[in-house]
Amino acid sequence: MALVKMTVNGQAVEYDVPDNTLLVSFIRETLELTGTHVGCDTSQCGACVVHVDGQSVKACTMLAAQAAGSEITTIEGIANGDELHPMQKAFHENHGLQCGYCTPGMVMSAIELVEKNKGLTEQQIREGLEGNICRCTGYHNIVKSVQAAAQEMGG
Amino acid sequence: MPEGTMNQGIGASVRRKEDKKFITGKGRYTDDINRNGQLYAYFIRSDVAHANIKNINVNAAAKCEGVVAVYTGEDIAADGIGGPICGWTPTNRDGSAPKEPPHPLLAVGKVRYVGDHIAVVIAESLEAAQAASEKIVIDLDNLPAVVDPATAIGNTQIHDEMDDNVYFDWELGDETATADALGGADKVIELTVTNNRVIPNAIEPRAAVAEYDEIEDRYTLYTSSQNPHLTRLVMAAFMMQIPESKLHVVAPDVGGGFGSKIYIYPEEAVCTWAAKKLRKPVKWTADRTQAFLGDAHGRDHVNKVKLGLDKNNKIVGLRVDTIANLGAYLSAFSMVTPTYLHGTLLSGCYDIPAIYTNVKGVCTTTVNVDAYRGAGRPEATYLLERTMDYAARQIGMDPAEFRRINFIPKDAFPYQTAVALQYDIGDYEPALDKAMEMIDYANFGSRQAEAAKRGKYRGIGLSSYIEACGIAPSAVVGTLGARVGLYESAVVRVDPTGTISVFTGAHSHGQGHDTTFAQIVADKLGVPIDSIDIVHGDTDRIPFGMGTYGSRSLAVGGTAISKAVDKVIEKGKIIAAHMMEAAETDLEFKDGKFTVAGTDKEKSFGEIALSAYVPHNFPHDRLEPGLEETAFYDPLNFTYPAGTHICEVEIDPATGVVDIVDWAACDDFGNLINPMIVEGQVHGGIAQGVGQALLENAHYNEDGQLLTASYMDYCMPRADNLPSLKIDYTVTACTHNDLGVKGCGEAGAIASPPAVINAIVDALSVVGVTDMSMPATTEKIWRAINDATAKAAE
Repeated sequence: MALVKMTVNGQAVEYDVPDNTLLVSFIRETLELTGTHVGCDTSQCGACVVHVDGQSVKACTMLAAQAAGSEITTIEGIANGDELHPMQKAFHENHGLQCGYCTPGMVMSAIELVEKNKGLTEQQIREGLEGNICRCTGYHNIVKSVQAAAQEMGG
Repeated sequence: MPEGTMNQGIGASVRRKEDKKFITGKGRYTDDINRNGQLYAYFIRSDVAHANIKNINVNAAAKCEGVVAVYTGEDIAADGIGGPICGWTPTNRDGSAPKEPPHPLLAVGKVRYVGDHIAVVIAESLEAAQAASEKIVIDLDNLPAVVDPATAIGNTQIHDEMDDNVYFDWELGDETATADALGGADKVIELTVTNNRVIPNAIEPRAAVAEYDEIEDRYTLYTSSQNPHLTRLVMAAFMMQIPESKLHVVAPDVGGGFGSKIYIYPEEAVCTWAAKKLRKPVKWTADRTQAFLGDAHGRDHVNKVKLGLDKNNKIVGLRVDTIANLGAYLSAFSMVTPTYLHGTLLSGCYDIPAIYTNVKGVCTTTVNVDAYRGAGRPEATYLLERTMDYAARQIGMDPAEFRRINFIPKDAFPYQTAVALQYDIGDYEPALDKAMEMIDYANFGSRQAEAAKRGKYRGIGLSSYIEACGIAPSAVVGTLGARVGLYESAVVRVDPTGTISVFTGAHSHGQGHDTTFAQIVADKLGVPIDSIDIVHGDTDRIPFGMGTYGSRSLAVGGTAISKAVDKVIEKGKIIAAHMMEAAETDLEFKDGKFTVAGTDKEKSFGEIALSAYVPHNFPHDRLEPGLEETAFYDPLNFTYPAGTHICEVEIDPATGVVDIVDWAACDDFGNLINPMIVEGQVHGGIAQGVGQALLENAHYNEDGQLLTASYMDYCMPRADNLPSLKIDYTVTACTHNDLGVKGCGEAGAIASPPAVINAIVDALSVVGVTDMSMPATTEKIWRAINDATAKAAE
C-alpha cells in the first residue's frame, strides 16, 4: 500500500491505496470523480486526460503514487463555480460533443493545447488533438470549438 | 410565438439541453454506477478460434482469495438460461427456414471464436477475479479455424445444426427478367466489390451492473444499451425466463452505440443471473480488447456485381451475388442486415428495371457480425456506387453525368423499385447539382493540373446514395420474418403547473433527443423548451419502446411524440371550450393559447393544464381529469433520405499518403428540426465512413486470431485524418409522417466510403489503377502506384 497525498481540484486528499493503483482509478474510484473516463487500455483514446501540475496527462499511464504531491485538475475542476471554462462554453456553443464520453478528455487536452500555443492554425489544432479519439463528431465541431475557445482565451 | 419560445421550435439550431452534464463531467454512464456490496465479474474467453472443450477445471480458481463463485456453461444450462436470439429471420429461396444454431451464454462443448465466453469468475474485486481466472485450467482440442467468408461454405463444420456453414440462402428480385436484361444489354460491367470488416468502437466500452431485490423478487440491470426495452423483452422471455415485469432495465448515459449496443450479449445476462444466485450486485465493464473481441463487428461482404447498360448508357439490369460473413453466432439483426436492409436498397437513386440478388449468410469462427451504422445500406451503396464509377470510367462518361441520366426522375414518385421498396418522394438532381457547385466540380481539372505540378495526384469521387430509415410498418416486416413490431411509443405528461415530461422509447446516446424532441413539443405547444423534460432509457418509466437504430428516432419516435401532443391539444380544446362556454368547433390552439374564433376569449395552455388537475369547472361528462396522453406510432413506410457526397483527395505518389482536401455533402433529410444537430450527425457519419475507407480493418489471421484488437493495431480516424466538411441540404418532405422528416444518423456513413474510394481511383487513374479495396491504406496505395508504374514500364 502507498499513502498518496495530492491536491485535486483545489482540495487536499490523502488515501492509502495499493501500489499499483493507476491515477485514473484513484480519481474515478477512490475520489468518485467519474467525469474522467476510460475508453481503452493502451493509452490511445485520451478519454482519461487530466492536468497534472498544469500538463495534460493520460491518467491511465500514471500511477497514483507517481502523482503524489501534484496538483491535479479534472473536468470537474475547471469551471469557476457556475461559470463554465471558455473551453466548456465553446464545446456547448459549437456542438463539439455528442455522446459526451470523450468530451472530458478532449476538453482537458484542448485547454492545455490552447494555453501553451498561441495563434494555432486549424491544422495545428487537428494535430494537437491526435491523442484523443472521438467516434461521434468527426472532429469538425471539436476543431471549431477549440478555435472559438482560443479566441476567448486570448490564444 | 410567445416570448421565451422564440427560436426554440422546429428548424432552430438550439444548443443542446444535455450538454451541461457532459461538459462538466457529470454524465452518468453505466461504469459510473456502483452498488453497495457489489461483486465484479471477469469473463474467461477463448484464446483459440475453434476447439472442442475437453475439460474445464475451476477448482483452484474457486479457492482463490476474494473469489465468490466461478461458473461455466454447465451452470447456466443447469438453470435453463437461454442465449441471445435473432430478431429477424428471412426465408431461404427454397422456402425453408434459415438455420439458427444456439448461442450459449458460456460455451458448452465447443468454442467458436477467439473471445468466446468460457467461464466467469465473480469476486470481491476485479483484481481478485482477474487473478483467479488464470488458475482455471481449460483443456481444448483444437479444430481448424474458418475465417474467410468466400471459402466458408462447405469448410470445417462449426455448428452441429449446420453442415455447410450457411445460415441462410436468400434472394430478392426477378432472376429471369434480370438475366434477360443483362443478356440483351449493350454492355455488361462486372466488378467484385469487397466491403471490409470493421469494428464499431463506441468510445464507452459496454458495461453492466445487475442487482436482485429479494423482497420484490425483482432484478435491476443498468446497461450500456441503445434499446433497454428490447433488452428487457429478450432477457426476460428468452434468456432468464422470468416475468417481464420482474426485470427493470436502465440504460443511463450511453457513450455511443453505432449499432453495437443494440444486441443483448452474454455478459449482461450472466451478471443478471448471478446477481440472484449470489444475492449481491454484480458489475462488469469491458476493457477495450474485450470490446474488440466481443462486440458485434460490421460489414464483411463479398459481392459479385453485374450491371447492364443499353446503348445510351441507361441501366437495364443489375445482378448482385453476395456472401455475407455473419460470424460464429447470430445476433438480433445479423440476418436482416445483409438481406432486407441490403438487397432492397440495390436500386439506389436509379431507375433500374430489373434487379436480382442472392445473398448467402455464412458462419465463420469470428465474432458475430451485425448492424453497424447504416446496417446493410452502406454495403449496398458501396457496391452500387463503386460499380457506377467503374462503369462510367469504362464507358468514358463523366461519373456525374452517368449518374444523372440514370436517376429516378422527379416526376416518377412514388417510385416502385424492382427490389420491393416504394420510395415515397425524392429529387436527386438538385442535391447532385448543389454538391457539385459546393466543391466547384467544374474547375476540378485546373486543381488537378496544379496538383500535378507539385507532383501530387489529385482525384475527385462522387457517391449518390439513398437509404431507408425507420424500418416499418410492423405488419409488413412481420411477413418478411421480423419477430418484433417497429413502432415507437411516447407519453406526454403535462403537470398541473404546465411543465411537461415526455417519455420516449427512443434512447439517446449522442443524438441529442433531449433537445430535438423538446423542440417538437415546444413548437407545437408554444411553451419554452426549458419547461420540457425528455425521459428515456428506463423501462419502469416508459411504457414500451423499440429503441434507437436505423435512423428511426425522429421519424418514428418523434412522430409518436407529435401524435401524443396532438391528443393533448385535442383534450385541451374540449376543456377550454367548456371553460369559455364555446362550441368546440370554434376552438383554436396557437402559440400556447386556446382561443374562440371571432371573439377575444382565450385561455393559456397553463390555465388548461391547471384545470385538468383542479377540475372544478371541467367537462366531467366528457373527460376524465388529468392531462397525459400516450401514442404508439407505427409508420406506413420507410423514409428515404438521399443525396450526393463528393470527396476530393490528393495523393503523394512517393509515400502513398492520401490527404482528403475537400468534402461537399448535400443531403435530403426532409424537414430539419435542429440543423446544428443534423450537421453533427452527418460529420460523424462521414468520419466513420472515411475511417473504413482509409484506415480501419478488422483483421483475423488464418488461425482466427484477431490481430487488430487494440487501438495500437486498429486504426481509428483522428482529427488530422479529416478535413473541414461542407454540408448543405435539399428538402423533399417525407409524405407519410406528420413532421415530414426522414432521419439523418446514418447517411454520412452510407455515402462516404464510395466517395473516398472513387476519388482515390480517380487520382490513381493517371498511372492506370482501376480499382482499390478498403481500407486504402498508405501502403496499399504506394504498392498500387508502384505496381502500375512497373507494369507500364514493361
